[in-house]
Amino acid sequence: MMRGGVVLRCIKRWILPDMEHRHYQLTGRRAVVSARPCIVGVVASGNLEVLIEPAAQGGTCIVDVDTAMAGFGSVWDAVIGDFHDRHRLAGVRVAINDNGATPATVSLRLDQAVAEFVAAARPDSRA
Amino acid sequence: MKKSYYEATARGRVAGILDAGSFREFLPPSARVVSPHLQALDLPVAFDDGVVVGRGQLAGNAVLVAAQEGGFMGGAVGEVHGAKLTGLIARAEREAPAAVVLLVETGGVRLQEANAGLIGVSEVMRAILATRSAGIPVVAAIGGQYGCFGGMSIAIACCSAIVMSEEGRLGLSGPEVIETARGVEEFDSRDRALVWRTVGGKHRYLMGDCAQLVDDDVAAFRAALIESVANAEPLSMASVEREHAMLARRMADHGNLDDARDIWRALGWQDPDAVPMLPTAMFLAQAAAARANP
Repeated sequence: MMRGGVVLRCIKRWILPDMEHRHYQLTGRRAVVSARPCIVGVVASGNLEVLIEPAAQGGTCIVDVDTAMAGFGSVWDAVIGDFHDRHRLAGVRVAINDNGATPATVSLRLDQAVAEFVAAARPDSRA
Repeated sequence: MKKSYYEATARGRVAGILDAGSFREFLPPSARVVSPHLQALDLPVAFDDGVVVGRGQLAGNAVLVAAQEGGFMGGAVGEVHGAKLTGLIARAEREAPAAVVLLVETGGVRLQEANAGLIGVSEVMRAILATRSAGIPVVAAIGGQYGCFGGMSIAIACCSAIVMSEEGRLGLSGPEVIETARGVEEFDSRDRALVWRTVGGKHRYLMGDCAQLVDDDVAAFRAALIESVANAEPLSMASVEREHAMLARRMADHGNLDDARDIWRALGWQDPDAVPMLPTAMFLAQAAAARANP
């Protein structure tokens, strides 16, 4: 039984990628009033989706990353750090489903998400 | 200015097909209704499990709409994805919209989810037929990179009408599957001309498997879907028997022919080799006299 269990675990590591989950809590200052959830991107190979939502936690920007490619922690730290330096959002939650996008693609998607989030929050944008 | 339907995302297609600003999504990404099976397999999920469903307006009439995202797992149908489609189509019986509109892009059952995906596809089939039986048209559009294959092709063939572009493909077994199972002499999946004359939009139109052929343009798809909704035929014993008669005629007339060009010649095309290169308008004009009776 135990040998069977060990074999099963080894196969899992070889064949299946290990997802990596990263969680960031950043102090921001730019709140976006009357914001609605926005999603950009597609979880295709080399791509990612970014969901950005208003959240109740006041001055914080929370970022959750689920990535299919483990082991790039320092790169994510840099990309998320730069993203926060650019926007300093507060009271938002950003969730990422990543399927191996490059850092440049991630940065562009994050900026795209913020642009849509801000545009959708404008009073004249409501249908 | 043309906007490519082929290049658009599922969300982009919904926005372009429906009346501006009319779309309200059910189970949006923020609800995070994701696939438990992919999570168990340590694979990335999508917040909408690769399908957008909701309510909107089409030329002022209420419709329920679904759009599959080919970019996520080839639009393949898993348990959640299938349940969203089934729930949407079944909802029509309560809400009585003018139609259910399905913007299809799928390889069929999501194999990672095995039986849950299979059951999902079969439930979609049943929902389409039940909603059509209730008098509500279910119309489909096919024009994306991944086409419509697998079990979902059977489901979509149960729709009131299908709109395709030349770029779209509708078939059951995918080209690579046929080649793997039967050998390259039987079907060379890398021969794109062969693939498209076997399952592509123009051939499907000539066979009567799709009601309309349009340019790769979101606005053209919108106009065609509006027309298909307006002209939708109710599901009845007579309509089913008519379809069976059409299929019997197809076997009798073309069952012994090896290649689509032979079929086109039999339908009256003088130069079958020229068909793939014809611009849409010219193709449609000539097809009026050289098309299988749908």
